[in-house]
Amino acid sequence: MEKKVLLSAKEVEVQFQVRSRVLTAIRRVSLDLLEDETIAIVGESGSGKSVFTKTFTGMLDTNGKVTHGEILFEGEDLLKIKNDQGWEKIRGKKIATVFQDPMTSLNPVKTIGSQISEVIIKHQGKSKEEAKKMAVELMERVGIANAAERYDEYPFMYSGGMRQRIVIAIALACRPKILICDEPTTALDVTIQAQIVQLIKDLSQEYGFTTVYITHDLGVVANVADKVAVMYAGQIVEYGTVEEIFYDPRHPYTWGLLSSLPQLGIKGEDLYAIPGTPPSLFDVIQGDAFAPRNPYAMKIDFEEEPPMFQISETHFAKTWLLDPRAPKVEPPKAIRNLHERILQMIRPEGGYYGGE
Amino acid sequence: MAENKEKILEVKNLEVTFKNGKKEFVAVQDANFDLYEGETFSLVGESGSGKTTIGRAILRINPTSKGEILYKGKKINGKLDKETDRWVIRNIQMVFQDPAASLNERATIDYIVSEGLSNFHMYHSDAERHQKVVDALKSVGLLEEHASRYPHEFSGGQRQRIGIARAMVMEPKLLIADEPISALDVSIRAQVLNLLKKFQRETGLTILFIAHDLSVVRYISDRIAVIHKGRIVEMASTQELFKNPLHPYTQSLLSAVPMPDPQIEKNKKLLIYSGMEEDSKTDPRSWQEVLPGHYIYANESEMVEYRNKVTL
Ligand SMILES: Nc1ncnc2c1ncn2[C@@H]1O[C@H](COP(=O)(O)OP(=O)(O)OP(=O)(O)O)[C@@H](O)[C@H]1O
Ligand SMILES: Nc1ncnc2c1ncn2[C@@H]1O[C@H](COP(=O)(O)OP(=O)(O)OP(=O)(O)O)[C@@H](O)[C@H]1O
Ligand SMILES: [Mg+2]
Ligand SMILES: [Mg+2]
Repeated sequence: MEKKVLLSAKEVEVQFQVRSRVLTAIRRVSLDLLEDETIAIVGESGSGKSVFTKTFTGMLDTNGKVTHGEILFEGEDLLKIKNDQGWEKIRGKKIATVFQDPMTSLNPVKTIGSQISEVIIKHQGKSKEEAKKMAVELMERVGIANAAERYDEYPFMYSGGMRQRIVIAIALACRPKILICDEPTTALDVTIQAQIVQLIKDLSQEYGFTTVYITHDLGVVANVADKVAVMYAGQIVEYGTVEEIFYDPRHPYTWGLLSSLPQLGIKGEDLYAIPGTPPSLFDVIQGDAFAPRNPYAMKIDFEEEPPMFQISETHFAKTWLLDPRAPKVEPPKAIRNLHERILQMIRPEGGYYGGE
Repeated sequence: MAENKEKILEVKNLEVTFKNGKKEFVAVQDANFDLYEGETFSLVGESGSGKTTIGRAILRINPTSKGEILYKGKKINGKLDKETDRWVIRNIQMVFQDPAASLNERATIDYIVSEGLSNFHMYHSDAERHQKVVDALKSVGLLEEHASRYPHEFSGGQRQRIGIARAMVMEPKLLIADEPISALDVSIRAQVLNLLKKFQRETGLTILFIAHDLSVVRYISDRIAVIHKGRIVEMASTQELFKNPLHPYTQSLLSAVPMPDPQIEKNKKLLIYSGMEEDSKTDPRSWQEVLPGHYIYANESEMVEYRNKVTL
């Protein structure tokens, strides 16, 4: 069954003015968000995951600008919106974001409860009493014990993880069409993380919103995602269903990501780490941005940017290795038979055990 | 292994209480653990369990309400003379959990990373100072050009690495790493974990590692303490804890470790731990050794059960 496209980003480019220099953070990225689908965006720190999704809500820092492309949502090009007033109709209401860093979303001098109620009053037009009741329910739902008692406390009285749960409650209070979760659970313990992830999945089913899930945690990706987009240096370099990305990855950067998982690490040995550093985004990038760090790089990787090669109806990768003229290369041993290896690390009754 | 090493830090019966008007909240109670020189000791537990509070108590940011913290045999909680205070600050560094909140937004990276160096006059010339900053930045995978930039120009993960560079440039003896990698992507995670291990090999650094993901903790730690609601409920060597996870809370943490495998994740069953009844009168719980070096918070009847469960 074909799912409907809800939001379509086309050839989006974002640049930042940093004093007298220009940094290109997003380099012509296209991506469709389908209805009722969870798409995970993974990739190195600085690869542009946050910046890219911020363009959906007009939240770029003031020194940043979308310099090319369009973002179609409900028949409108969001990039044509010129002021905050225009964005008010979208941001928070239709597309809500849960950010990486809870303190940037919470007001330190207002109580936790009032910050949730405010959103409910503003977006759902409830009375103060109703809003308070709903806020307490939401707090309970995201796992705050004694929610009613803690309603009147201030953000500094909450632990890092509890603050993030509040931010999630605030975003859900808007009943958005698209929920962008920018590393919502990195500060949470695995138990609560698993519960929150489940909560977001349940709510997305219940209300039918699309989730964009940004995370570093490939375990979380495996859990939440229908589709996965892998970003590197301001571009999507691989895209596919979650099974395609984990069991049949094609881009050497994706191979590197999977290989460096601590779950696959052997104690006492160094973990696999992708060598080198990502390119400076101030420079014009020649060829494939990943080439200098790619053990399989060929001459052409340093000269010409690879196109998106299509592997299946849903699977795409931007690497010259997929060109018919390229030599055949196997993915690294550590991630071949991933499923069989991971089966050995878990107990039959469930739970991680780590192998020997 | 740990027995014949020197204790660098001793935490005894530690309690930390927060007062909020009339309300008192005990965030950490009766915490007991030692850190041996050169080891990595991890504290794992859920959000709000008191991990950061313990770290901040060691760093003297949070006052303690009971118990003692000794660094190299010397008491470092409570009132200290100026000299001891400086000695502690110089030798114990922390990488903070919240990378954004812990960096001065108005200062350049160069200034942020070298602030401690300046306070302790750890260089002879400005060129030397700058070189130390650049070396520290490079050691965490950042570039020289980053030194002149400001925190807001960096992504979350980049900011976390700045925090690590700022701590490591001080060449501390003890590093409290409060979730240093949870904001990082896997490839940088691997780099940072390898990096911490490298610092440790080269300088004998002792690490108190705070985390919530047991897969990371398994890889990096020598010993692990599991903390639940302010109380350490189980402590053992890494190998032992993974072989014999006894406390139901430890088991619940293990069941929640995310695995990079869609088939397994999508069918995963969580073991939820919702606390255990406390019958403090007839059978109170206490901190007991179930196997050498393997401690658990349990009462007598639970101990019988745990002893039966362990495999040697
Ligand atoms: N206001 C800004 N001024 C200049 N450069 C910026 C600004 N905001 C972001 N950048 C740059 O844009 C690039 C992409 O940043 P972004 O925050 O999207 O990364 P990310 O993929 O979300 O990383 P992380 O996983 O660490 O959060 C980075 O190189 C970053 O330094
Ligand atoms: N300054 C404070 N005033 C009042 N309560 C506080 C304060 N700091 C922390 N707490 C409380 O102490 C408890 C422990 O918090 P702490 O930050 O140590 O948790 P944590 O284990 O580090 O959690 P996380 O994984 O979420 O970072 C929490 O209930 C928190 O609300
Ligand atoms: Mg980000
Ligand atoms: Mg903490």
